[in-house]
Amino acid sequence: MTLLTWVFDSLLGLSLLWLAWRALACPDLFKAIVLFVAFGLLMALAWVRLAAPDVALAEAAIGAGLTGALLMAALAKLHPTEAHDDFTVPPEKNVTKVWSWQWLPAVAILLVTTGLGYVVLSLPPYAAGLSTEVAANLAISGASNPVTAVLLNFRGYDTLLEIVVLLLALLGVWSLNSASLDRKAAPGIVLDTLARLLTPIFILVAAYLLWVGAHAPGGAFQAGAVLGAAGVLLLLAGWRPRAGLMALPLRLVLVTGPATFVIVAVLTLLMKGQMLEYPPTQAGVLILILETAATVSIGVTLAALFLGGDPRKNNRNKNQT
Amino acid sequence: MYDAPGRTRRQTINPSDYLSAALLIAGAVFFLAGTLGLLRFPDVYTRLHALTKADNVGLGLMVAGLAVQAESWSVVGKLLLIWWLVLIAGASVAHLIASGALQRGIRMWKP
Repeated sequence: MTLLTWVFDSLLGLSLLWLAWRALACPDLFKAIVLFVAFGLLMALAWVRLAAPDVALAEAAIGAGLTGALLMAALAKLHPTEAHDDFTVPPEKNVTKVWSWQWLPAVAILLVTTGLGYVVLSLPPYAAGLSTEVAANLAISGASNPVTAVLLNFRGYDTLLEIVVLLLALLGVWSLNSASLDRKAAPGIVLDTLARLLTPIFILVAAYLLWVGAHAPGGAFQAGAVLGAAGVLLLLAGWRPRAGLMALPLRLVLVTGPATFVIVAVLTLLMKGQMLEYPPTQAGVLILILETAATVSIGVTLAALFLGGDPRKNNRNKNQT
Repeated sequence: MYDAPGRTRRQTINPSDYLSAALLIAGAVFFLAGTLGLLRFPDVYTRLHALTKADNVGLGLMVAGLAVQAESWSVVGKLLLIWWLVLIAGASVAHLIASGALQRGIRMWKP
């Protein structure tokens, strides 16, 4: 049995390296994105093999699924006229030309890899890390899943900053582009039915992941990614929100997560003298409130990123003309 | 959750284990055939045809094989839900890819 798992793990590791190389070296961007998504799915499997199902869920949902969708949307914007004609392999030309200027990033990557390798090799062969301290303090954290306890309680400010980074990314996209809110042409009955059928299930799964995160793998980012996927599916099916919802309501929903975090941080700072240090009796409720707000904001932010532009700008221009 | 609860129980092999193994191996055969078809078939339409066999029947057999081993009915329900979702998504996506290919004028392979 150990031989079998050893063979499986070796194959998995080699496939990951091969897929990563192919995704980087492939001259066809469409193929590179498909390879990247395949890489993300195998990476999720690797996290499962490392007994980290929380990271595996996040990798599969965000790393493979939503990032793949965002890359595809970006590719469609890069070549609006030059559609991908067929599913055949294009001739691999220009490979030698591309190589001539790539030595600089190659050197940078080599330096980073050497540094990382040195750090990994200089680590002690076995270290418990902080898992014993997390286990010792789990009772007062408000969650029985140690990953949720770390993300929302012990290192809550990391999660706060991550959510703010997501919001900043959306602001960057909005400052670069505007998005049309015109309803797209009828997408066909299959995609329409699929979106109508799956959206309620996605919302249910997101709520389940959010709730189960307190004591099992799950949580705000995974639930938010599922909500975002529902948004992506609806946008693909041609659905567009009403223009009236795009001004203030959308912005309120987007900042709900970060704002709730900041309010709780300020309140705990004033009352306990330490940012995001919850009173143990209310920790569970506070974590649930924070995670719910974060889930909604993450889901809407991811869907808005897929829309790929400020939905209000276009509207404003139209009113002026 | 990660320490296998069946490890002590499964010292002896039950008849249900044989059933489960047979279903899983049959499912693996369908996945192998689907993968071979995806790699070797000549055009996008025939490749989709091969792929849906792996998704539908292969995964169905896998789910049946795992459901035999399931500890409770709720696990069986979750497994069936996974199969149902993959059926719907697989069928819809195969249809979308095929109609997309038709719209772009990719001709069907003729022997």
